[in-house]
Amino acid sequence: MIRAIRACKTAAEERAVVRKECAAIRASVSENDHDYRHRNLAKLMFIHMLGYPTHFGQMECLKLIAAAGFPEKRIGYLGLMLLLDERQEVLMLVTNSLKQDLNHNNQYIVGLALCALGNICSAEMARDLAPEVERLMQFRDPNIRKKAALCSIRIIRKVPDLAENFMHPATNLLKEKHHGVLITGVQLCTEICKVSVEALEHFRKKCTEVLVKVLKDVVNSPYAPEYDIAGITDPFLHIRLLRLLRVLGQGDADASDCMNDILAQVATKTESNKNAGNAILYECVETIMSIEDTSGLRVLAINILGRFLSNRDNNIRYVALNMLMKAITVDAQAVQRHRATILECVKDSDASIRKRALELIYVLVNDSNVKPLAKELIDYLEVSDPEFKGDLTAKICSIVEKFSPEKIWYIDQMLKVLSEAGNFVKDEVWHALIVVISNASDLHGYTVRSLYRAFQASVEQECLVRVAVWCIGEYGEMLVNNVGMLDIEEPITVTESDAVDVIEIAIKRHTSDLTTRAMALIALLKLSCRFPSCSERIRDIIVQCKGSLVLELQQRSIEFNSIIGKHQNIRSVLVERMPVLDEATYNGRRAGSMPATVSMSSGASLNLPNGVAKPPAAPLVDLLDLSSDDTPAPSSSGGDFLHDLLGVDISVGSSSSGMTQVPKAGTDVLLDLLSIGTPPPAQSSLSTPDILSSSQDNKMPAPTLERLSSPSSIPIQASSPAGAAPMMDLLDGFAPNLPLPEDNGLVYPSIVAFESSALRLTFNFSKTPANLQTTLVEASFTNLSPNIYTDFIFQAAVPKFLQLHLDPASGNTLPASGNGSITQNLRVTNSLHGKKPLVMRIRIAYKMNNKDVLEEGQINNFPRDL
Amino acid sequence: MIRFILLQNRQGKTRLAKYYVPFEESEKHKVEYEVHRLVVNRDPKHTNFVEFRTHKVIYRRYAGLFFSLCVDITDNELAYLECIHLFVEILDHFFSNVCELDLVFNFHKVYLILDEFILAGELQETSKKAIIERMGELEKQE
Repeated sequence: MIRAIRACKTAAEERAVVRKECAAIRASVSENDHDYRHRNLAKLMFIHMLGYPTHFGQMECLKLIAAAGFPEKRIGYLGLMLLLDERQEVLMLVTNSLKQDLNHNNQYIVGLALCALGNICSAEMARDLAPEVERLMQFRDPNIRKKAALCSIRIIRKVPDLAENFMHPATNLLKEKHHGVLITGVQLCTEICKVSVEALEHFRKKCTEVLVKVLKDVVNSPYAPEYDIAGITDPFLHIRLLRLLRVLGQGDADASDCMNDILAQVATKTESNKNAGNAILYECVETIMSIEDTSGLRVLAINILGRFLSNRDNNIRYVALNMLMKAITVDAQAVQRHRATILECVKDSDASIRKRALELIYVLVNDSNVKPLAKELIDYLEVSDPEFKGDLTAKICSIVEKFSPEKIWYIDQMLKVLSEAGNFVKDEVWHALIVVISNASDLHGYTVRSLYRAFQASVEQECLVRVAVWCIGEYGEMLVNNVGMLDIEEPITVTESDAVDVIEIAIKRHTSDLTTRAMALIALLKLSCRFPSCSERIRDIIVQCKGSLVLELQQRSIEFNSIIGKHQNIRSVLVERMPVLDEATYNGRRAGSMPATVSMSSGASLNLPNGVAKPPAAPLVDLLDLSSDDTPAPSSSGGDFLHDLLGVDISVGSSSSGMTQVPKAGTDVLLDLLSIGTPPPAQSSLSTPDILSSSQDNKMPAPTLERLSSPSSIPIQASSPAGAAPMMDLLDGFAPNLPLPEDNGLVYPSIVAFESSALRLTFNFSKTPANLQTTLVEASFTNLSPNIYTDFIFQAAVPKFLQLHLDPASGNTLPASGNGSITQNLRVTNSLHGKKPLVMRIRIAYKMNNKDVLEEGQINNFPRDL
Repeated sequence: MIRFILLQNRQGKTRLAKYYVPFEESEKHKVEYEVHRLVVNRDPKHTNFVEFRTHKVIYRRYAGLFFSLCVDITDNELAYLECIHLFVEILDHFFSNVCELDLVFNFHKVYLILDEFILAGELQETSKKAIIERMGELEKQE
């Protein structure tokens, strides 16, 4: 039959032959044909091996096992092991046959039964047959003893409770001379130690010395042809013994002490020019590393690994790397000595070795060696396989970030990585880079110039392009004017139009994705102001994007175009440099789980057209690009404060206040910035600043911070009267007659003065031009909890330079879940107007479910010039 | 512990498959396919170890046949490599100059040898001579 199958040239032919054979076998099975039963089963097994279903043969197996003769049983058991496994119910039927055969007179049949048991025994069988196996461990024939020992291993794995029964027979096996029995005995002991602490103690006390002696005998045994492999007598036994010693020595000083000498002997005497010898050394090193401290031996062990590392055989180097990984927890210093060799392994052509070596290098990096190591790895990045680059890049980025000694180095290294493997860099890595760049104010010029150069060389690296575009947008004039030259730099001459070229390339390259293009568009807007000479050209590029199929780009370009065209006066302030990004905030965000989605309330769909609430896969990106219409501070407070305007959140198509987003407490406050809604727009002249903006200063004292749902982040809020104008422009189509506010200086955006998990307080400001000292504040309270608040009282206190007058509130009951609000008017007179900002301490008392609740806070985030 | 042993030719036809842990039939085929794909294209200069799911496969190529052992991640790779070699030597001795066809036509004998060599996923006997003798005794029983 096999010949017939082999003769088949196609799969279809083979299937036909198999089908015919199966039919014949089935027929013969139903006829109960005894003579051909075992031949049928043999055929079935072959068919099974080819991958055809053979369930109908299972019962035949059982019949054969129940037969009397050895040949039948043999085929039967073989079939049993191949066609069935421990999970099949049919197996229950075999237990009885197995039991009989285990007690059979013919030792070969006993052997067969043990073999089957060892390979397919289930938990129930283990329980039923454990006594037989235990008894067979004392059988006179060594072949049976060793099989019984291995069967016990299987039984213990299935039913760990039975381990203790086998403890004593196992101890006896260790005294055997027969290698086969000895090795199975050692394996059994190891297995028992794994499952039973009690047994471990027992073996430790009784057997350590015995085992040491056995190992000594094996090591010193003269040439034994029967067990000889490459000049070493039974390396397998060596290895098993060493392994058991490791288990015994772990965490026990006495036992470790006992095996000290023999380990030293194995480590020094074993021949290492053949695989077998190396296998023993490897096992020996592992044992030395695991047992209790014997520093002399450890030096020996690390030296062996050093030798392994320089071996030409890849297998040996692989295991050495593997072992060094374990050794590093024991003796990092010693492993450091082999750094250079390990580094070479990172560059190996074999992926398994590279992977190990890279992992090892990764844990080896520390402050002192990060520079040379990172340099080596980055150099290697150039030539490495594409499939390895992802891994390598991630590791390099992580190393560089973790251990960077100074910012310029970090920036340099990251730029190298970006230009080599920018496409493999993860989003959070280049986000982090931008945060760092933004914080390193003295390096802005240097960075942007380096990026410009890098961009010229490797335009195909997406992430590099993004960072370059961002930096050129922010620091474009530094590029052109060579501001902040460092000594190490070579001067370059870049004209304004060169810089614009870069952005143009980025925006037009067909492989650029949406994020890159959006970033490029914003960079263009910024450059249009910084490079007046290129303004027209930039406008052309922007206009070209008007036809983009992507809504986001289309809308942005239309907006930007109108900013450039109609609002020259405010453009310069609108596109001022982005505030320094707060590192702590960013890191906090990264550390915490990334808020997967901003909590979009019903306003989400309305918001989408504005682009601000593009499903925020990378919230920071949103902040960086889509909403980076930075605006200047109304005051000249400079870099002290973070000002940011999210001016784009106006309601284009809708004037309903349904836009107002209720950010869930706990959402990152940075995100809140994006989703805080607008006050009802276009209702009165006062509400022209429908642009949402809020401000809070950087130096906010701790109490306020604590009140924030996300303590790690500082809300960046800024007021921007100027921002109102261009935004209004967008409303042109809807409210064409709405005048541009003339009293810009007197219009202030509302702020979220206070927010807890249960309550939010928003302030709207207004002022009469006649009396600049006095501010009218409309406080509005929103209940964020599902419970109604009653007996609601708001109290406020101000320092002496302020005067405060509170009007009665609109009510004292606050409906649940933001379904209404209480408003209360306040009049604040600032006697030091223009010198000191407003500040206020508040206390809010209410009853929730008839329980008194008191909330307090301090408001420091008033717009600066109230 | 050895999880499974596979003998496959270069085309991926399985010549021997022994599982010491239970797998579904479909899973077995998948495993065989995956292991074959893993080992068949590796450069002979590369290591003989590849990670496979949560375990590792130690393989060795003899002419057109791949011998693959799947073992625990903590096991001694070099020892199993030696173990494969010993198994091949035993086969070679038993069939006197073994070739793939021997294994195809006498597959049941190969299984018997394996059962004398490895049991329950652990080494049973390390002496070539002892196994060959034992096989002789078993043959006589037929």
